[in-house]
Amino acid sequence: MNSLLLGLITGLLFGFLLQKGRVLRFDKQVGAMRLEDMTILKFMLSAILVGMVGIGLLNDLGALKISHKPMNLGAVLLGGFLFGAGWAVMGFCPGTSVGAIGEGRWHAIFALLGMIVGAAIYAELYPLLKSSVLAWKDYGKIGLPETLGVSRWIVIPIFWAGTIALFAWFEKRKL
Amino acid sequence: MKWKTEDGGWSPYLAGALVGLLAVASAWATTAVMGKTSFLGASTTFVRAAGLLERSVAAGHVANNEYYAKEKVQVDWQFMLVIGIFGGALVASITDRSFKYEGVPPAWAKRFGNSIGKRALWAFLGGVVAMIGARMADGCPSGHGLSGLMQLSISGFAALAMFFGTGILIARFVYGGRKNE
Repeated sequence: MNSLLLGLITGLLFGFLLQKGRVLRFDKQVGAMRLEDMTILKFMLSAILVGMVGIGLLNDLGALKISHKPMNLGAVLLGGFLFGAGWAVMGFCPGTSVGAIGEGRWHAIFALLGMIVGAAIYAELYPLLKSSVLAWKDYGKIGLPETLGVSRWIVIPIFWAGTIALFAWFEKRKL
Repeated sequence: MKWKTEDGGWSPYLAGALVGLLAVASAWATTAVMGKTSFLGASTTFVRAAGLLERSVAAGHVANNEYYAKEKVQVDWQFMLVIGIFGGALVASITDRSFKYEGVPPAWAKRFGNSIGKRALWAFLGGVVAMIGARMADGCPSGHGLSGLMQLSISGFAALAMFFGTGILIARFVYGGRKNE
């Protein structure tokens, strides 16, 4: 199969599930940040629980290859801060903005346009950032199991247990 | 556990778990089809979209830009994935009748009123800042959050903590505490 067609099919399913989970809404995203409605955290963590087992297994079987994004300290801290700040005001993340337009929430078009402009600005800033923020401290492409010196299959059950406990707390508090 | 939510959607646990399966199937399929594993993500596509738009007015500038050269300005697998998200959400919302034209989201209107111009301006500015941040961090809640944590990447945990930590802080400042309800 052609990679473009594969991307399109994957995206259609992804968008369908994002919409069914009702996570494309501004109110849900801001609701999570205001600690009032944990729908998007339930959704994301459920995906992560299932995904980490499948990805771990297929990686160990050699059917795919895990590839960590670099733990570049300045980039993740400052970039993460800027993203979080923009996200709170915009009420969408990049993927959900596109989905929100799909379900008729057309104000997300302005968020989408802003993000395209933001990407263009970043492309201009890149040479400057490369010699400053991005050059501060790069720990490289590291994963939690290797860093702790334990197997992935020790980390995953612990992550599951913690997340299930968190889910139970969300339900108890009706979040 | 309820499988349907009050607004006719699916339980976020169910829809999320299915996204987990999709992420695994997708990582496997991209490895098989393209020879290299690609994980779900969205924000790099905005760089490519910006590059494609900019190229139509200033081709030379885009060709000489280091970042565009690094990320390759082209319609690729992830670009089509992002377009697919639009289509999938459209189909899902039309078939269950949750599709709705909305110019100002309810939670925003409650705090800042019904002005579309005001909402548009802040959504745009928020988008600019968020995307500069996402590109600096090299990922968004899909790439760092979902895909990063599934792979147990340190950068995924750190980025998601920063995204939410800052989001909570700024949301408190922008929308006020719960007592304002």
